[in-house]
Amino acid sequence: MNAMDNSFSHALETMTARIVPGARGIANLRRLSAGATLETWSFDAVDGERVLHPMILRRSPGGLRSTESLSLEAEAELIRVLDGSGVPVPTVVHTLMPADNLGDGFLMTRIEGETIARKVLRDQEFAGVRPRLAAQFGTIRGTMTNVDTARLPPLPFKPAEIIVARLASRYEALGVARPVFDLAFRWLEQNAPLPLDKYSLVHGDYRNGNIIFGAEGVRAVLDWEVAHIGDPAEDLAWISTPPWRFGELDHPVGGVGSREQLFEAYQAASGERIDPARVHYWEILGSLRWGVSCASMLEWFTSGRDPSVERAMIARRVSENELDLMRILTGTN
Amino acid sequence: MLDQPRGAEILAAVSKLLRETLMPQLPANAAFQARVAANAIDLVAREINFGEAAESETLVRLRTLLGHDGSLQELETDLSGRIRRGELDLQSDGLAEHLWLTTLDKMKIDQPAYASYRRTIEARAGQQQPRKED
Repeated sequence: MNAMDNSFSHALETMTARIVPGARGIANLRRLSAGATLETWSFDAVDGERVLHPMILRRSPGGLRSTESLSLEAEAELIRVLDGSGVPVPTVVHTLMPADNLGDGFLMTRIEGETIARKVLRDQEFAGVRPRLAAQFGTIRGTMTNVDTARLPPLPFKPAEIIVARLASRYEALGVARPVFDLAFRWLEQNAPLPLDKYSLVHGDYRNGNIIFGAEGVRAVLDWEVAHIGDPAEDLAWISTPPWRFGELDHPVGGVGSREQLFEAYQAASGERIDPARVHYWEILGSLRWGVSCASMLEWFTSGRDPSVERAMIARRVSENELDLMRILTGTN
Repeated sequence: MLDQPRGAEILAAVSKLLRETLMPQLPANAAFQARVAANAIDLVAREINFGEAAESETLVRLRTLLGHDGSLQELETDLSGRIRRGELDLQSDGLAEHLWLTTLDKMKIDQPAYASYRRTIEARAGQQQPRKED
């Protein structure tokens, strides 16, 4: 460990001793994600050998984050409000303060389980629950629709037209012509959905990878950093786009189930009808948005902001979205 | 002038080295990084093998479709603009097929194992061959 690592774990220990009654130290500290501006750490608050509280720390050590993201304070506040609403979320234990010397972020109780989609889709442990997962995704999304938005911390309002307009400027700024993307933009402009009477909480990245599963099903929905107020069809569509099927093309919803199962459960939980055409619109928008995001990774790679092989390979995933867009726009999806 | 084995063949050997010899000896995180590297090497080998043909075929199709000459970048920019303004769409002669071929050529290099790609290739092969049992 270098000096910075030492001061980090020391600050973590000091804070933990203060907020977890009886804790005398920390153990099993390990970094779960390696984002440049957002870190996720797992550790245990301990008293000697005894684990008192399994923890997750989500923090930003400083530096700029995407303007599309909520602040970590706002994300923590959102998760606190959702805790007990029926939407399965981790429990926020503490929001970092300047005196903690740990940057911005918050601490949650660690929930054991599986987040790796390929395991959930293939391992025997999940075989029993897989046929019910699409309905669970719908029920959870329906419960989110029922959350009173007046109780939520301030969230950005992002209906389809705002998302499409911002995406179009991001695409233009990249300066690389992609005829398939233009086909999709044109389609989105000509098929814009009518405004809704009521907008609701939208997770914004509702998919395999951001969900913790146990053998009994969904344990928690994670990563609320791009949550906003918008169209619930956005979440129903995103979990149904091809990248999150991990090869299980014939199970469009997260590689585990059908849109009918998803929609039926959504309607039962929310009491609101969902228009499949609206979800179809958001599936096209979702693939286009993921495509523009992959395309923007080129600049990260070439500028040296993140010159990793992994980043380069994400930039080469633009074509996957062009293919998915061709399939959905020509009705071969 | 250059000797054999050529670049793509050497890359195939490097990929095999990473996957079969090095990855089994590495700790989990390093093995993951090695897998990413092997995937990247495979992509580069496919680009060496198919990239030039894909780009020259795209150029020929674009000239026909747009009715004028230009660099690949200029022609794609022109095509993008025409689609965006609604002058060309999926019903226009040759456009859908051009976009399919271009996209599938890219995927053949970028991610030939992607399920939607394999499904599309199978469906197109099925359309081109008369079925025996119909």
